[in-house]
Amino acid sequence: MDQELLVKEVVGAAKNVFETMLGLEIIPGEASVEENAPTENERVVALIGLAGSWIGTFMLCCKPELACKISSLMLMMECESINEDVLDAMAEMANMIFGNVKTELESRLGNLGLSIPTVIFGRNFAARNAGQQAWTVVPIHVGEQLMELKFCLTKSKDAPPSGNTRIRTYTFVPEEA
Amino acid sequence: MDLNVLIVDDSAAIRKILVRVLAQTNLPIKEVHEASDGSEALKILEGNEVSLVLSDINMPNIDGIELLTRIKATAKWKDLSVEMITTEGSQAKVLEAVQLGAKGYVRKPFTAEQIKEKVLACLKGGEE
Repeated sequence: MDQELLVKEVVGAAKNVFETMLGLEIIPGEASVEENAPTENERVVALIGLAGSWIGTFMLCCKPELACKISSLMLMMECESINEDVLDAMAEMANMIFGNVKTELESRLGNLGLSIPTVIFGRNFAARNAGQQAWTVVPIHVGEQLMELKFCLTKSKDAPPSGNTRIRTYTFVPEEA
Repeated sequence: MDLNVLIVDDSAAIRKILVRVLAQTNLPIKEVHEASDGSEALKILEGNEVSLVLSDINMPNIDGIELLTRIKATAKWKDLSVEMITTEGSQAKVLEAVQLGAKGYVRKPFTAEQIKEKVLACLKGGEE
């Protein structure tokens, strides 16, 4: 899959979500490749998995201050520190941004599936994927603050060599004794 | 006519947003119920008079498509207005939901205005 196209889809989805849900303008930065596992210092991270003809993980991460600002605007209530409301709001941000990316990609790649988002808040932790694939990082500036949208995707071994993937459902019928 | 609305979404954030958006519409909404999946929604429908369901699609246990199917298959609920509000924007899912009897479809992210339009359409009782 063309990385430039993927970056374009991620930026487009992020712009749409920020403008529609939060009334905020974002300025995307230059995308880059992060070869090593990212180390996170006091971050809110939302992870969401992709399955289908392409597999991997999408990640959204930012400082707690930005997570609180986004949650306050989104939930129309004051969020001063990280709590359940903020974690729920960040999970939904990831779901909306990467859900829209998934929908756009499906027209080219066939049916894809997203996992339920997982949100982590902490300091000094690293996120690593089991494969050797590098993360692509798309920085977006929200006022003075920075959010990073990352993805680490690879073609599934089970994917057909070309064309769209279609999910088939098989029913297992046990043999009669 | 006062509306009783049921919001079905596994995201607590989206439920909160929708409750606030509905409160700001100044429309005659009597009660707003919340469910975190289709299974919870069916229990609420059993015990309450609901006139509009705003439902997500991708949810655990009973998802939005299954919930819609069960609503339309139940005689007392078959005329209930169901609007799907979801990130699942693929053409196939939209078509499936409409064919099953969903009155409309809103893709996340949404504006307060889009939600208000859906509630107004339900109040007027017209087709979209």
